[in-house]
Amino acid sequence: MGRPVAILGSGQTVHGRRFDVSYPELVKEAVDAVFETTGISPADIDGVVFGTMPSMMEGVALTHFYFADVLRSVGKPILKTETCGSTGVSLAITGYYWIASGMADLVLVVGSEKMHEGDAQATMTTVLEPFYQRFFISGAPGVFSMQSQGWTVRFGIPEDKIRAAATKLSIDHHHDAFDNPYAHIKKRLTEDEVNNARIITYPVRLWDVCPTSDGACAMLFASEKAAKKLGKKVAWVKGVGYSGDEYWFGDSDKAEWQCAISASRQAYEMAGIKNPRKELDVAEVYNPFTFQELLFYECFGFCGFGEACDLTLKGVFGRDGELPISPSGGVLCTNPIGATGLNRVAEAALQVTGQAGAHQIPGAKTSLAHAMGGVVQFNGVMILGSEK
Amino acid sequence: MEMKHEDYYILEDQVSIPYENAYGLTWTRFFEGLKSEKIFGSRCGKCNRVLVPMRSYCPRCFIEIDDTIEVSQEGAIVAWVLTEYEYFGMPTKPPFIGALIRLDGTDCEFVHLVGGIDLSNPDQVRKTVKNGMKVRAVWKEEKKGHILDIKYFEPVK
Repeated sequence: MGRPVAILGSGQTVHGRRFDVSYPELVKEAVDAVFETTGISPADIDGVVFGTMPSMMEGVALTHFYFADVLRSVGKPILKTETCGSTGVSLAITGYYWIASGMADLVLVVGSEKMHEGDAQATMTTVLEPFYQRFFISGAPGVFSMQSQGWTVRFGIPEDKIRAAATKLSIDHHHDAFDNPYAHIKKRLTEDEVNNARIITYPVRLWDVCPTSDGACAMLFASEKAAKKLGKKVAWVKGVGYSGDEYWFGDSDKAEWQCAISASRQAYEMAGIKNPRKELDVAEVYNPFTFQELLFYECFGFCGFGEACDLTLKGVFGRDGELPISPSGGVLCTNPIGATGLNRVAEAALQVTGQAGAHQIPGAKTSLAHAMGGVVQFNGVMILGSEK
Repeated sequence: MEMKHEDYYILEDQVSIPYENAYGLTWTRFFEGLKSEKIFGSRCGKCNRVLVPMRSYCPRCFIEIDDTIEVSQEGAIVAWVLTEYEYFGMPTKPPFIGALIRLDGTDCEFVHLVGGIDLSNPDQVRKTVKNGMKVRAVWKEEKKGHILDIKYFEPVK
């Protein structure tokens, strides 16, 4: 199982349209923040893990070379991990492996994206080979809407019910974002505004879809020895899971999404979780699309298949509900893709250390962080706890 | 943080690199098939699944496949989406319907377009296009050995 692994802290940038900084300066903002928050010296880190979404997004290949200085990696080993949308959780898992293996005591983990400098959907399209699938998959909204559509029909969910549940998620998350100082889009929406917004990929409308954000996130992963030396409250990694499907979109079942199910079960098994809805206190689910968020509740066993809409409308997954989902406002309000999954881990760590501020879930001891990536192909899950 | 774009210098750049992507033998045969209005799939000798497009190996059993069969040009819609937005370099122009189609006698979904219907009103499209609906391949007159030699799949009346 490896050695226990702690998370000492995180640094998130302000998100938005960040033309006020160059890309390396944006990364520096997050890296400086994590060292300042934890009081750790950059000289003490053993190595760096860095990642983004595909390099076509930046127009510069191997950005970990470009950012070597601001990552404080000069003279140290550096790894790049890149799994599209799930990059952030893959980064956290890479940092976890490095510490758990005993090969390092202190690792800096950083994810970033400056999405306003490139074209996210054009980049997503290059994840697809140019012979066949590229012509039919209209970026992220296209594939994830198609997935949700198949799921809705499979489980006989009436269109008005999924619309109502998606609208509630959109209103709640955009409202929750006001309590997160790092969130990008904060908005008080009405049902009419959400239900009548511009169509992106029918039936998904504008407020069902995440923004494109510039931002970075940095975290410090540490051995028990390094955590003790710090002498502050830390989060502990209790479980990790990562799982993928076959490459071709049509080869695997996306409605009962096998890799989402297996990534969560791997993490639950390692963390000893039998009933996630009862045992988790808060979950940061990767939710760039309201319709797809509901599908994750079911794949992660928060409820049975076909139940997510009803339970969402009853408030089970709201801020005051049985299992609050994405009290940070989630991906729906802030999406700097290479950093987004790491933001989920950072938020999950803030929750179990009681440092989430205005969006703290009182007494949270166990949290889940999740990210998904590729053309409906990969899922990563990490469970954090307040106790080792 | 909303900064004003015009307050800062912006360098406009575009990376464009030519590629020569090899089809290999299996896909050369598949795309040649499209030229003669045939859709070829492969049957795995171990799990017996019929996969389309053609494969040189089964992604689950991981054995080589050499059993090529012509599959049906009719099938049923499993999932679909109507795309209403456009981005840089988008190879198919909106509005269009992308769909997962289970061709008769096959064991995976074929990804293609659903067309031959009026796409101007999303609510009307929603009433027309249904999961489970039978569709059939419509071919372009001039074929190039390309996936879009199939113009789209249209509802079977």
